[in-house]
Amino acid sequence: MNALSICNLRKTYSNGFEALKGIDLQVEAGDFFALLGPNGAGKSTAIGIISSLVTATSGSVSIFGHDLKTERNLAKSCIGLVPQEINFNQFDTVKSIVLNQAGYYGTPRKLALQRTEHCLKQMDLWDKRDTISRRLSGGMKRRVMIARAMVHAPKLLILDEPTAGVDIEIRRSMWQMMQEVNQQGTTIILTTHYLEEAESLCRNIAIIDGGRIVEHSDMASLLARLHIDHFVLDLAQPLTTAPTIDGCHIELVSDKVLNVAIPKEIGLNYLFSQLTAQAIQVMSLKNKTNRLEQLFMDLVTSK
Amino acid sequence: MNVGIAFKTIVKKEIYRFIRIWPQTLLPPAITTTLYFLIFGKLIGDRIGTINGASYMDYIVPGIILMSVISHSYANVVSSFYSTKFQRNIEELLVAPVPNWVILSGYVSGGIIRGLLVGMVVALISLLFADFAVHNITIALVTAVLTATLFALAGFINAILAESFDDISIIPNFVLTPLSYLGGVFYSVDMLPSIWQTISMGNPILYMVNAFRYGLIGVSDIDIQLTFIITVGFIVTLTAFSLYLLHKGIGIKN
Repeated sequence: MNALSICNLRKTYSNGFEALKGIDLQVEAGDFFALLGPNGAGKSTAIGIISSLVTATSGSVSIFGHDLKTERNLAKSCIGLVPQEINFNQFDTVKSIVLNQAGYYGTPRKLALQRTEHCLKQMDLWDKRDTISRRLSGGMKRRVMIARAMVHAPKLLILDEPTAGVDIEIRRSMWQMMQEVNQQGTTIILTTHYLEEAESLCRNIAIIDGGRIVEHSDMASLLARLHIDHFVLDLAQPLTTAPTIDGCHIELVSDKVLNVAIPKEIGLNYLFSQLTAQAIQVMSLKNKTNRLEQLFMDLVTSK
Repeated sequence: MNVGIAFKTIVKKEIYRFIRIWPQTLLPPAITTTLYFLIFGKLIGDRIGTINGASYMDYIVPGIILMSVISHSYANVVSSFYSTKFQRNIEELLVAPVPNWVILSGYVSGGIIRGLLVGMVVALISLLFADFAVHNITIALVTAVLTATLFALAGFINAILAESFDDISIIPNFVLTPLSYLGGVFYSVDMLPSIWQTISMGNPILYMVNAFRYGLIGVSDIDIQLTFIITVGFIVTLTAFSLYLLHKGIGIKN
């Protein structure tokens, strides 16, 4: 069963701006799905429509088989949304924010209290449960929104740039949490500008640009389309000019740093053997760009 | 989906909100109305004598209580729902499977409860100044509840249509306050020149004040049945309009 099915979804705002130009999208139950796109591409509009915050101009959306128009409440009860911007009452305590949300979903008080405790502990916020939310750090506020979205045990969790503006340590712990939630059976749709995040977490991906889906496939086959890898090499000895190796494009960035673009079919062994033959010793190597980032740029700039 | 739980959650949240900020919500009406009773009732009232057989102090008590009910039931919903819109936590309700009528009834109930609570505080203070036996408690209570409901609904519509904080102060300042003061709180409509008597009949607050006054001291310029018909008519109309706005998502959805 599909967790989400979108068919020919269109949205034209009152000012005439056509944010979505007829998108089709399917997300399988249990998937960890990335929805990517540049700013203004239509991601937030699509998520807004799925979560009933934006009214579609035409097209259909169904969540776990429940049509959003005809079975609105059933469809809504399957979704948990973590929005891009902080949108809880900043004068409420952490616990009341999460507990109230459980109430809006009709969760009985006793169960709501249990789930609130579970979600806050999972987000490492239990100690902060009685804190007024405006006193929390940015990362904690984001975790409050995740706990709030999960308190009614949704089957589909939509995370709209959940790690924006949080430090790397918190981001890593949020990744781990998202993976755990997904492993427990919750379907996750993630939008993010950190493409490394999408590459390491998501199994399937759609890229939206200019209100259209420009790519919709599984992550592995998308990444397999990359023909060239880019590496940065740190050298032991300084060079004055970039070495020349057939099939590779090499730039001297500074006297001890090289940028190398190497086709996949050539491979790193060939590169290293050629460098060794020229008495160039490599101390370390790293990817110049994230692989998905490179594909993403190719897709959204090739329109 | 148990809508009763969702309704209770909204109402509890609303009550908690105005209790938490009691120096802004419950204290000011106590001070303002004490001043009304002292200045209008005691100092000036003693020189006015009686109106329709009631002392001036007794005559103005019902109007002052109802004026507090009106302004606070309105203010609670308009400020709470507009803040919810402004801070975007209305999205918490919009993403959840909460029917529109539950959202409306939850917020309106919050407004009614605050309006009646403030009315009770003012009524308790009035006991220090006035001395009358309640004429008909049922009419007084029904009028208070209907009035609070009507103005809570009006506050809800104002909040939905408001696009800035200025928009939520325009109606209370330029419509509610003049209508309340011209609604026979401090005088009998019979004391006005005939042209102003006719104009006053277009003011719905005049009807509610008089019905409430009848309930408390047994004096009214207006037919009580007509008051209930008008008030219920307004409530039905405003409820239908509020539900229409919510259904269309006007002011709360893109």
